Amino acid sequence: MTRLTVPKTYKLYIGGKFPRSESGRVYQVTTPKGVFLANAAQASRKDARDAVVAARAASTGWAGATGYNRGQVLYRIAELLEGRRAQFVEELRLSEGVSESAAQRQVDAAIDVWVWYAGWADKYVQVAGNGNPVSGPYFNISTPEATGVVAIIAPQDSSLLGLVSVIAPALVSGNTVVVVASERAPLAAISLSEVLATSDVPGGVINVLTGSPAEIAPWLASHADVNALDLSGAEVLAGDLTWVDLQIAGAETLKRVRAPESGVPVMSVERITFFTETKTVWHTKGII
Amino acid sequence: MTIEQAISLAPAERAIQLIGGDLTEKSLRLHLEGLPGVDAVGLEARAASLGTRSIKTTSKAWALDKIIELIDLTTLEGSDTPGKVQSLVAKAMIPDPSDLSAPRVAAVCVYGDMVPYAVKALGAAGGEAGIHVAAVATAFPSGRASLPVKIADTRDAVSFGADEIDMVIDRGAFLSGRYGLVFDQIVAVKEACRREDGSYAHLKVILETGELTTYDNVRRASWLAILAGGDFIKTSTGKVAPAATLPVTLLMLQVVNDWYRLTGGASGGQRIGVKPAGGIRTSKDAIKYLVAVAETVGEEWLQPHLFRFGASSLLNDVLLQRQKLTSGHYSGPDYVTVD
Repeated sequence: MTRLTVPKTYKLYIGGKFPRSESGRVYQVTTPKGVFLANAAQASRKDARDAVVAARAASTGWAGATGYNRGQVLYRIAELLEGRRAQFVEELRLSEGVSESAAQRQVDAAIDVWVWYAGWADKYVQVAGNGNPVSGPYFNISTPEATGVVAIIAPQDSSLLGLVSVIAPALVSGNTVVVVASERAPLAAISLSEVLATSDVPGGVINVLTGSPAEIAPWLASHADVNALDLSGAEVLAGDLTWVDLQIAGAETLKRVRAPESGVPVMSVERITFFTETKTVWHTKGII
Repeated sequence: MTIEQAISLAPAERAIQLIGGDLTEKSLRLHLEGLPGVDAVGLEARAASLGTRSIKTTSKAWALDKIIELIDLTTLEGSDTPGKVQSLVAKAMIPDPSDLSAPRVAAVCVYGDMVPYAVKALGAAGGEAGIHVAAVATAFPSGRASLPVKIADTRDAVSFGADEIDMVIDRGAFLSGRYGLVFDQIVAVKEACRREDGSYAHLKVILETGELTTYDNVRRASWLAILAGGDFIKTSTGKVAPAATLPVTLLMLQVVNDWYRLTGGASGGQRIGVKPAGGIRTSKDAIKYLVAVAETVGEEWLQPHLFRFGASSLLNDVLLQRQKLTSGHYSGPDYVTVD
């Protein structure tokens, strides 16, 4: 007797849980050649709203953790990814239609990106912060701090490496993220969520939505409780909507907006410091 | 039992109407324990089904404003200060400074010693027609004090200018079956609500349903509070979990409906108010209560003198939802005041 396969239901990842879309919608994920792979949840604006609420709630704890601690947590994600590489290779091979070796290279690169950014968690402050020169008997110190909730449109072509390359730098400084994954190839993003759920990342720090960026992004851009937008994957949106519209919507609430870029974003400290705010304090020197 | 028969209860008008002239602990007990039992499964299923209604945008806009009008904006902390009460009153008068079309809340609810500050802060906005000042009294939240202390507590609050008194019942006495004692205390506190000019402050009777353990007890306590002269029956102090739940509130609404019909219904029946308090934090939850009220006792109960929400953080969530409806964008907690 032949056995019926049990296909996986790909759901959203919000607040450490895997809910279906509030709207009940799903869409078909296929290989580039059109072969059916899975049904993925098609997130609605209300899912985006719930994700922002979860991200906001997780923000204090994550930003309040020491840089060293965040680094450990992020590094452990890389460890877990390493253990599940076969699954990711398979998903990338099918959903992106790339060769086995290309998929392997992408998974390797994604793990390396995690490790690279994890290492910066307790170091970027020393690089980006400063003891400012002053002419008085006091210290004047500037340090970068997390800006809050960052909404991210992940690169649409590189579904794992691209995703990791945008969420890792935002997390390093203590931001929490709501990320809209690659619409065409969302499988790796949801499998990454499963890795996150079993790692030490607190629920709500990373929230993953699958569905149409063109539908969800305007709601995130105008959401008053989102502090920054990373539009890396918003180069091409549907219809007349462009990333400039999103930037205009974000300007209403003074968001930091990062413009789209083509290809996979390269690793850089600048990506970390982009989503930070500089806090400057002064403190008296002891009078000796 | 022979001793019990001899104990006459305070002559409360409603109880005499219902039970008869010789109001004793025994006759009260017979009445309360003769009430039909509550079908717990049916009650919870009914409450759950009322919570599944789909609310369309226009109805939601109406409901949000209605919820604000029905809120008793509350601060009941040991750390309350005159300043905190002042800012609470400011929020009660102008809930959303960025949108002056938001209605005012029904009342502010504070501890007895904070009443003068609330009355002063309200100024002309207070009074019978304006925002009421509600005071919790009678050794809130436990109710563990002697009757003279409870009465003094109540008189104090009334003399300071409280429009409404939220009293707690003695749950220990109720649970050990001393209904007469609870009854007499409510009657005595009601009398203490009398002002110098002969009018009465509204009396809300807190049943603390979280401590009554069964729906049957909630039904009995609701009847007891109504018979003894309560103007409102209130679920909880907010200090005990579980606080207000939809099934409990639904049950209390049913009792209120029974009383309304018993006293004449549409031709002059007495309308008793209901106030769920504690644990209602989201607009979504609050809307479920509105549906329960409209479906159980009718929409005429959706008025500040017949239905209230006891809440502190609910108002902020309602304001966020309201901002979303007016602006078309999701709002965030940075755009409402921190309590």
